[in-house]
Amino acid sequence: MLTHLRKVVLLGGATLFAMTGRAGAAWDLNLPPPVSPIGQEILELHNLILLICLIIFFVVFGFMFYSIWAHRKSRGSTAAQFSHSNSLELVWTIIPFFILIGMAIPSTATLINMEDTSKADLTVKVTGYQWKWHYEYQKHGVGFYSTLSTPRAQIEGKAPKGEHYLLEVDNPLVLPTDRKVRFLFTANDVIHSWWVPKFGTKKDAIPGYINESWTLIEKPGTYRGQCTELCGKDHGFMPVVVEAKTPEEFDAWLTGQKSAAAKPDTAAAEWTNDRLMAEGGQVYSKCAGCHGVDGGGTPGGFPAIAGSSIVTGPVDRHIDVVMNGRSGTSMQAFKDQLTDVEVASVITYQRNAFGNDIGDAVLPSQISALR
Amino acid sequence: MATAEVASHEGHHHPTGIMRWLTTTNHKDIGTLYLCFSLTMFLIGGFMALVVRAELFQPGLQIVDPHFFNQMTTMHALIMVFGAIMPGFVGFANWMIPMMVGAPDMALPRLNNWSFWILPFAFTMLLSSLFVPGGGPAAGWTLYAPLTIQGGMSVDMTIFAIHMMGISSILGAINIIVTIFNMRAPGMSLMKMPLFVWTWLITAFLLIAVMPVLAGAVTMLLTDRHFGTAFFDPAGGGDPVMFQHIFWFFGHPEVYIMILPAFGIISEIIPTFSRKPLFGYTTMVLATACIAFLSFVVWAHHMFTVGMPLAGELFFMYSTMLIAVPTGVKVFNWVSTMWRGALTFETPMLFAVAVVFLFTIGGFSGLMLAITPADFQYHDTYFVVAHFHYVLFSGAAMAMMGGAYYWLPKWTGHMYDEKLGKIHFWLTTIFFNVTFFPQHFLGLAGMPRRIPDYALQFTEFNVISSLGAFGLGLSQLLFVYIIVKCVRSGVRATDEVWERPRGLEWTVPSPAPYHTFETPPKVI
Repeated sequence: MLTHLRKVVLLGGATLFAMTGRAGAAWDLNLPPPVSPIGQEILELHNLILLICLIIFFVVFGFMFYSIWAHRKSRGSTAAQFSHSNSLELVWTIIPFFILIGMAIPSTATLINMEDTSKADLTVKVTGYQWKWHYEYQKHGVGFYSTLSTPRAQIEGKAPKGEHYLLEVDNPLVLPTDRKVRFLFTANDVIHSWWVPKFGTKKDAIPGYINESWTLIEKPGTYRGQCTELCGKDHGFMPVVVEAKTPEEFDAWLTGQKSAAAKPDTAAAEWTNDRLMAEGGQVYSKCAGCHGVDGGGTPGGFPAIAGSSIVTGPVDRHIDVVMNGRSGTSMQAFKDQLTDVEVASVITYQRNAFGNDIGDAVLPSQISALR
Repeated sequence: MATAEVASHEGHHHPTGIMRWLTTTNHKDIGTLYLCFSLTMFLIGGFMALVVRAELFQPGLQIVDPHFFNQMTTMHALIMVFGAIMPGFVGFANWMIPMMVGAPDMALPRLNNWSFWILPFAFTMLLSSLFVPGGGPAAGWTLYAPLTIQGGMSVDMTIFAIHMMGISSILGAINIIVTIFNMRAPGMSLMKMPLFVWTWLITAFLLIAVMPVLAGAVTMLLTDRHFGTAFFDPAGGGDPVMFQHIFWFFGHPEVYIMILPAFGIISEIIPTFSRKPLFGYTTMVLATACIAFLSFVVWAHHMFTVGMPLAGELFFMYSTMLIAVPTGVKVFNWVSTMWRGALTFETPMLFAVAVVFLFTIGGFSGLMLAITPADFQYHDTYFVVAHFHYVLFSGAAMAMMGGAYYWLPKWTGHMYDEKLGKIHFWLTTIFFNVTFFPQHFLGLAGMPRRIPDYALQFTEFNVISSLGAFGLGLSQLLFVYIIVKCVRSGVRATDEVWERPRGLEWTVPSPAPYHTFETPPKVI
C-alpha cells in the first residue's frame, strides 16, 4: 500500500518537474504565514483545533486498531456479549461537550475581534464585477479597476507560465501597513468573494448588500488571493493582489493618484478612424475573454461579434448594449468602466474588424453626449 | 409448498421481459431498479469528475473551456447527490426494510413503482440539458442566484428535473414511513427494529420536511427568470442571500439524508462481523434523532462569509459544534461494538471499518469548518471539497458498497468473489485517499474550489489528486464486474450467509423469494 502510494507521489513529482521546470516544489501543508493580527489569531485557532482533533482521533482509533489487532477471530478471540453501559455512554456524551466549550471560547473571542470594524484609518470599497475588482478609496476620490494581467498565451500553454501565473493584475490594490483598513464589499452583477489568505480576510461581495471587514497589515509586501465564490465562466481568473506600502509611501502614492485623476481627459484631441481602430484593438482585449480574440464568441451564451446583428445593425443599439449591458446575461454595463475614448474606439473597432466592415466610426464626443 | 406458491404467483401475475420492470410493484424488483439506476448514475457522475480532474492535472487550460468546466462540476454534484446517493439508499430501503420488519412488501406498491419511474425521466431531462444552446447548468449544484438567473434554458430544465426528483423522493419517503408504522410483524416494536430501519425512518421524515423547501427555492428562481418576479434580485427589492438561506435550510438536512442510512448500514455490518450485538442500541437511535433535529438549526454554517450579524454567526457556530456530540456517540458505539468481539474481515466489514475511520476524518474537518473564524479561511476552498468527499464518498458511497457486498448473497443467492471484493476495497480506499487527502493541503494553501485553472504553487498536489482520481474511477469498473459476476454465478449462498447474523432477512432463503413473509413472522 505504501509503496504504491510512494510510486504515485514519485510519478506525480516527476511529471511536475518536467512540466513546470521549477527547481523547488511547493509542499505547503498548512495555512500560509499570516501578516495581520486576525490572520495570526486564526492560524493559532486552526492549529489548536487541529491538535485537539488529532489527539481525539488517535485515542479513538488507537482503541479501534488495537481491537482489530487483538480481537480477531483468527487469534482465537471469542465474542463477549455486552451490549451497553449507561455510565460509559454518559461519560462519552459529556466529555466531548466540555471539549467543545473549550474550543468555543477562543473561537468566540476571535470572531468578536474579526467583526469589529470600528476606528478604521482608511476605508476602501471593493466591488466585484464579472470578472474583475474595482477599488475605491472613499473620501479620496481615487478608484480603479483591477484585472488579471496574465497573458492568454500563458493560459493556453503557448508561452511559458510566469512566476505569478493567474495571481497578477494590472492595478493592484495599494494599502498602508500599520493602519487599520476597513473594507466595504459589494458587487455589480453576481456574488463574488474577496480573499487574501495571509490577511485572514474573506468576505462575499453581494449585489444589493454592503458587507464589512477589516485588516491591519504588519509587513510591506505583495499579497495575493483569489475570488472564492463561483461567479461564472472566468471565476478562476479574477485574482486579488494587494501591495502593502509603509504609511509614508502610501500617502505619497495616494497623492499621486489624486493628481492623476484630476488631469483632463485627452478626448478633445483629433480622432481619426485609424487612431480609433488602433485604440479599439487595445480596448477589445477586455471583450476578448468572452467574445473571443477573433470575435467568434464562446460556446455557452457568449455570442460572436463577427456578423452579430447588434454590431452590424444601427449604431445606437450597439452603443446602448456596450454602455448599459444586457440584463439577465453576463454582458455588463461598461459605462462606468471605460472612458469615452475607450467606448468609442472599441465600438468602432468591433464594427470594422472581424469582417464586419460597416465603415462607420463613433467619436468620443458622441459618447460623452450620452452620459 | 412455499416454493410452489411462489412459482404460481410469478406464472399468473407477472409479465416478463421489459414489461416486468416497467409494471412491477414488487419491492425487490423496485429495489433492484433503484440500485441499478444509482450505479449507472454513479458511473456517469464519476466520468464527469474525471473530466474535471483531467483539466486540473496541469495548470493552464488544456482539455475543456472554463464554461464547460463549470457545467461538469455542477452536473457531477447534481448527479451524485440526486442520482447516485439518494436513489441508492432508497434501493437499499426497498429491498431491506420489508424483509427487516417482516412485511410482505412496501405499504404502497403502486406508488413505489411511480416513485422509481419518475427518476429516469428526471435525469434524462437533466442530462439532455448539456446539449441545449448555451450548454448545461454551470452555476454549481447550489444554484446560487443571481448567477443562475444568467444561465440559459438548461437552468429551467434543471429546475424541472429537481421538481421531479423531489416528487420521487417525497413519495418514496411517505412509502417508507407508512411501511414502518403499519407493516411491522407482530412483536416487532419500534425499539426492536434494526438500526438501518430506524435511520431510514428518520431520514424519511427529513426528506418530507425539506424537499418541498428546495422545490420552493427553485420555483422562485424559475419565476425570477421568466415571470418578472424579483425574489432574489436586489434591483427589484429582492435578496440574493435569501436564496442561500432557503437552499441551505434544505441543504443541511440533505447532508444527513445522505449519511444517516449509511450509518444504518454500518450498524448492521459491524455487529455481524464482530459476532456481538450492536453496542448502545438505544443511544444510537437517540443520537440519530438528535442529529436529525440539529440538522434544522445549523444551515447558515454553509454561508458564514455572506455577512451575518455577530449573534447569528455565534448561534450557528455553537449549534454546528453540538452535532459533534451525537456523531461522536455513534463512532464510540461502533468501536465498542468491535471491542472484545471475534472479528473477521470479509469485504463488507473492511468497507464498514474504513467508513468509520474515513468518515471520522470528514467529521473532524467538519468540526474545524464549524469554527467560524477559521471557516473564513477554509470557506469555498479545496479544504471544503476534501471535507465533503470524506463524508459523502468514504461515508455514504463506501457504506453502500459495503452494504452491497453484505446483502448481495441474499439478493442473488450467490456469494460474490471474496478475493476480487477485497481488491476492490483496497483499490478504492487507497485511491480515494490519494485523490482527496492532498486537497486538504490545497485548500489551506489557498486554492479556491470550482476553478478550471490554478496558480503554479498548487500544481504538485493537483497532479497527485488527478492521478488518484483516475485510479479511483477505474477501480469502480471492477465493482461493476464483481456485481455482474455475482448475479450470474458463484458459490451458492446459505440462508444465513454469514455466521449467525441478526435480523429477519437472514431467516428467508437465499436468494430471497419473490414474495417473503406473506404470513408475518413472530418476533419475540
